[in-house]
Amino acid sequence: MKSAVMTFPASNCDRDMYDALEKITGKVPHKIWHQDTEIPPVDLIALPGGFSFGDYLRCGAMAARSPAIKQVLAHAQRGGNVIGICNGFQVLTEMGLLPGALMRNRSLKFVCKTVNLKVENANTTYTSAYHENQNIEIPVAHHDGNYFADDETLTRIEDNGQVVFRYVDKGGEVSKDANPNGSQHNIAGITNERGNILGMMPHPERFIEDIQGGTDGRGFFESIINSLN
Amino acid sequence: MKARVHITLKNGVLDPQGKAIQHALLALGFDGVDDVRQGKYIELDLSENDKDKAHTHVEDMCKKLLSNMVIENYAIDID
Repeated sequence: MKSAVMTFPASNCDRDMYDALEKITGKVPHKIWHQDTEIPPVDLIALPGGFSFGDYLRCGAMAARSPAIKQVLAHAQRGGNVIGICNGFQVLTEMGLLPGALMRNRSLKFVCKTVNLKVENANTTYTSAYHENQNIEIPVAHHDGNYFADDETLTRIEDNGQVVFRYVDKGGEVSKDANPNGSQHNIAGITNERGNILGMMPHPERFIEDIQGGTDGRGFFESIINSLN
Repeated sequence: MKARVHITLKNGVLDPQGKAIQHALLALGFDGVDDVRQGKYIELDLSENDKDKAHTHVEDMCKKLLSNMVIENYAIDID
C-alpha cells in the first residue's frame, strides 16, 4: 500500500502520521508539501493534525484552499482513499469532502486527554480490524472538535452508517460526560457516503506503541492495510 | 470601493463563545442581555468601481472562502 502525508505550515502531527504509516505498513510514505502541484500515485493520502495556517479565519479553511488540495480532490473523486485526523478532519469538512463542520469546543477549552471511542461501524476500510461496538482508547487534543451538522445531514449520515466512531464512557455508554467537545450525537469520526474518505478528531497515530501509553490506534492502520493491500 | 462583510452563525447553531460573553457581561453587572451571538467582521478594499459587480465579486468570495455555508451566514455592505 502506497501512502502520502501532506504537510501544511503549522501541521504538527505529520511526523507522527508518517512514523505510524511507516511502522505499520512497512513502506515509507511520500511527503507532500502544501504547495506541491503533483502528488505521486498513492492509495492513501493523509491530512495530519496541527494548526495549519494558525487556524486563521476558520480551522482548516486556508489549508483547504492550498495548491496541493486540487490533487487531493482529484484523488478522492477517483475513489482514492483520504484520511484527515484532527486538523485534517477540519480540512476535509472545509473542502466539502465530508459533511458538517467542526466548531469551537462547547467548554471553550482546549481538550487534551485519552478518550473512549465506540466503533460504530466495523465494516469500513478504516475499521475492519476492530469489531462492531468495540470500545477503544485513543487520545484527543483539540480546541475545535465540536461536530455540527444540520438535522437532515445528521439523520442521513446516521442512517448510512457513516458515523464510524462515537465518544463513549469506559463502560461503552454514549453519554454527555463522555463527550469531550459537545459534538452532536457524540460524533468523533465519520466517512463520506462512498466510504473512501474518513475524518476523525482523535489521534490513532498517537497510540500505536506501548511507549505512547496505548496501542488501540494500530487497528485503524491495520484496517487500512487489510483493505488496500 | 470598500466592502464590509459580516459573518454570523446561522440560527440554531450553538455559539458557546457568545454564551461566555453573555455570562461575562452579567458578571460585570450588565443586566438585561438576553442573548449574545458573536461573529466576524471583514473589510475589503476593492479596485472595482461598479457597485453591482463588486457585490457579485464579494459574494463569490464569501461562498468560496470567507464564510462556511454549513454554519455561517454573510451580509455584504458596499460603499
